[in-house]
Amino acid sequence: MIAELGHYLLVLALGLAVIQAVFPMIGAARQDGRMMMLGQPAAYGQFFLSFLAFLALTYSYLISDFSVSVVARNSHSLKPLLYKISGVWGNHEGSLLFWVMFLALFGAMVAYFGRGLPTSLRARVLSVQAMVGIGFYLFMLITSNPFDRLSEIPFEGNGLNPLLQDPGLVFHPPFLYLGYVGLSVVFSFAIAALIEGRVDPAWARWVRPWTLLAWIFLTIGIMLGSWWAYYELGWGGWWAWDPVENASFMPWLVATALLHSAIVVEKRDSLKSWTILLAIIAFSFSLLGTFIVRSGIITSVHAFATDPERGFYILIFLALVIGGSLLLFAIRSDKLQSGGLFAPISRESGLMINNLFLSVAAAVVLYGTLHPLLSDAFFGVKSSVGAPFFNVVFSLLMIPMVITMVYGPHLKWKRADINGINQRLMAITGIALLAALMVFYVTYGGAIMPAIWIGIGIWLLLSTVQELAGRIKLFQVPFKDSLRRLMRQPRSSWGMSLGHFGFAVGLLGIVATSSWTLEAQKVMSPGDEMKIGNYRLTLKDVVPVAGPNYTAVRGILSVAPVGGASFMVYPESRTYISSPITTTEGAVKTTIAGDLFVVIGESQGQGRWGVRAYYKPMQVWLWIGTVIVVLGGVISLSDRRYRIGLPQGQKTSGKVKHAP
Amino acid sequence: MTKVGLKSGMRKKRRLYFLLTSITILGLAVLLVLSALEDSIILFYDPTEIVEKNISPGQNFRLGGLVEEDSFESKEAAGILLNHFIVTDGNESVAVTYEGLLPDLFREGQGIVAEGSMNDAGVFIASEVLAKHDETYMPKEVVDSLKKRGEWQRKTTKTLNYDETL
Repeated sequence: MIAELGHYLLVLALGLAVIQAVFPMIGAARQDGRMMMLGQPAAYGQFFLSFLAFLALTYSYLISDFSVSVVARNSHSLKPLLYKISGVWGNHEGSLLFWVMFLALFGAMVAYFGRGLPTSLRARVLSVQAMVGIGFYLFMLITSNPFDRLSEIPFEGNGLNPLLQDPGLVFHPPFLYLGYVGLSVVFSFAIAALIEGRVDPAWARWVRPWTLLAWIFLTIGIMLGSWWAYYELGWGGWWAWDPVENASFMPWLVATALLHSAIVVEKRDSLKSWTILLAIIAFSFSLLGTFIVRSGIITSVHAFATDPERGFYILIFLALVIGGSLLLFAIRSDKLQSGGLFAPISRESGLMINNLFLSVAAAVVLYGTLHPLLSDAFFGVKSSVGAPFFNVVFSLLMIPMVITMVYGPHLKWKRADINGINQRLMAITGIALLAALMVFYVTYGGAIMPAIWIGIGIWLLLSTVQELAGRIKLFQVPFKDSLRRLMRQPRSSWGMSLGHFGFAVGLLGIVATSSWTLEAQKVMSPGDEMKIGNYRLTLKDVVPVAGPNYTAVRGILSVAPVGGASFMVYPESRTYISSPITTTEGAVKTTIAGDLFVVIGESQGQGRWGVRAYYKPMQVWLWIGTVIVVLGGVISLSDRRYRIGLPQGQKTSGKVKHAP
Repeated sequence: MTKVGLKSGMRKKRRLYFLLTSITILGLAVLLVLSALEDSIILFYDPTEIVEKNISPGQNFRLGGLVEEDSFESKEAAGILLNHFIVTDGNESVAVTYEGLLPDLFREGQGIVAEGSMNDAGVFIASEVLAKHDETYMPKEVVDSLKKRGEWQRKTTKTLNYDETL
C-alpha cells in the first residue's frame, strides 16, 4: 500500500510541476501577477509531495518490503539500519527519486528565499526549475519507477553491494547530488535572464550565492567520494580519472569558473553572456554526470545496474535541455549589453583567463572521457584513455592557471600595474624558486615536474598570504590596527583568501602523493618482516573476525618507524554473506608527513598472506586543503551582501523592500 | 570619433583580444591533447584479435577475457609471487604472467582486464591486472568480446546483473 501511495505521490508531484512550469511563465509574459504567484505554492507543494514519496520508499526499505523491486534487488533484512536507509539512494531508481526531491527542494528554496526577487524573474526561474523537474519525473515514471512491485515476492533481498556498505555512501551521494542539483537553480536563473533579456549586477548578486552553495556541496561531495575511494577500495587511490569521477569533476571546473565570472558581472557589469553560457554548461555537465553513470555507455568502476534502453530517453532529455538552452542563448545573448571596459592587464582579465583555462580543462576532461566511446562508435577501435593522459594534459594546463591565481588577487580592477606587482612578489618568488630547486636537488634523477609544481604551490600559498597581509597593512601600521583591519575584511574576501590558500595546500598534497608514493608487497607468514620507506612492518598474526553481515580476516601488524615509537595496525579483508565479494579495509596511519597504508590480501595457503603497503607522502594535505577551501566558501556565503533573497539592487542597499 | 564610437571601438578591440586569447589557449590545449593522446591511448584486444593482428612484442595494450578454469598457478620466491594463467575468449587463448599480488577479486572463470605487452615467446607479460570494483566484475569490453565470439551464455551472466536474475 505504501509503495502505491509513493507512486501516486510522484504522479501528483509531476502534476504540480506542470502547473509550476506553465502558469508562471505565461503569467510573466502577460504581466499577470496572479498567474505568476502560482509558482510559489506549486514549488512548496511539489517539494512536499516528492519528499513524502521519498519517505514512502525509505519506509519500504526499513520494513524490508521485498515485494518492491528495488528493495529486493538492493536490500537485505540483515543489513544494519544505517545501510538500509542509505541503500535508498544506492541504486539507480532510488537515487533518481533522491535527485528529483532535491530539485524540488531547491525550487522551494528559490520560492522562499527569493521573495525579494523581481516578480517576473522569480516566476520564470521557478518555471524553468519545474521544467527540468518534469523531465526527471517522466524519466522516473516511464523507465525507472522506484515503486515497481514484483509478481513473485522473494523471501530475502539481494543485499547491497558490499562496497557501498560504508559510511561513505551515507554522505557522498547526497552532497554530490545537492551540488549537481544546486546548479539547476543557476541554470534556471540563466534561462530566466535570457528570456527577460536582462543581466545586471543585481542578477549576479542573486545568482552568486546559489552558485556558491552548489559549488560548496559539489566540492564536499567530490572530496568525500575521493576519500571513500582512498580508504575503502584498498588501493590507496583517491583519484583514478574514472569516467564517473570525471563526470563530477567537469561541473566542478565549470562551476568554479562561473563563481569567478559572476564576480565580474557583479562588480563590473561585464562578461555577461559568457557567464550565462557558463551557467548553462555547468548544469549541462551535471546532467551529463548524472546520466553517464546510468546509461551504461561508458565503462566505469561505479556499479549502477545499467540499462541501454534508458539511454534513449536520456539522450533525448539531454538534447532537449542542452540544445534548447544553447539555442535560446544563441538567439537572445546579443540582447545582453556589455558594460564596463577593462585593459588587458586588469583583475577582469585575470578572472577571464582563469575562466578560459578552467573551461578548456573541462573540455579536455570531457574529451578524454568520451574518447573511448567515440573511437569505438566511429572506428570500431576499443581503447581507453589512461590516467597518464589526464595527468600530463591537466598538469600542463594548470600551470598558467595557477600563475593567474598568484597574480589575480593583486590586480586592480580596470587597469593594473604588472611591474609593481612583480616587485612586490619578488621575495616570495625567490622563496618559491629556491623551494623548487631544493626539491629538484633532493629528488635528482627523478621527474622534473614535481619540483616545478612544488615551487608553484608554495608560490601561490605565499602570494595568497601576502595579498591578505597587504590588505590589512601588516607591519605597516601597528599590529593592533592590522588585527582590526583583519576582522573587518568582508567575508567574501575571506572566502577568496581561504579558497586560494586551501587550494595551494591541497595542491602540494596532490603533487607529493602522486609523485612520491612508495609501494611494497610481500607474501608473509606471522613473524615475517617487510620494509617500506622509513617503516618496518612485522606480521604478528592473522585472526578471523565476524561482523553483522560479513566475516573477515584481520591482520595484526606492528610497525616500527625509524626513530619513533612503534604502533599496531589492523587491516581487514571482509567477505559478505549476501554477495560473493570481498572488500578491503585498509589500515591507515596518518601523519602530516604522510600516510602509511596497509592492506591484507588473500590467503596464499600454508598460513601465508599477501600484504601490501603504501607510503603516501602528504596525503592528508589534500583533505586539509579541501576543508579550508570549503570553509572559505561557507564564510563567503554568509556575507551579508549575498544573504540569499535580500533585495540588494544598488538603489535599495540597506533597506529591505518586499516585492508586492 | 564620438565618445560612444570610441567606446564601441574599444569594445570591439576587447572582444578581439578575448577571442585571440581563447583561440590561443584552445589551440595550445588541442596540441597538448593530441600529443598526449598518442602516448596514452591504450588499445584493447581480446585473445582472438591478438592472434589475428599479430601484435608486435613490446607494444603496450590491454588484454581482456576470461581466466581459463584450472589454468592458474602461482609460485613464490622471496615473498614475491609469480603468477601464470591463461586468458581466453572461447576462441583463442593467451598465456599470461604477472608478478605480484593479484587483486582480491581475481578468480578462475571470471573476466579480467590486464595491461602489459607480449614477449618474444608469445606470452603476455602483465604489468598490471586491473581491479574493477564493480559489483558485477565483468568489464564491458570483455562482455562485448565474448558476445562477438559467441561465448556469451546465461551461465556467465548469472552473477552479472541482478535485474536479469529476478
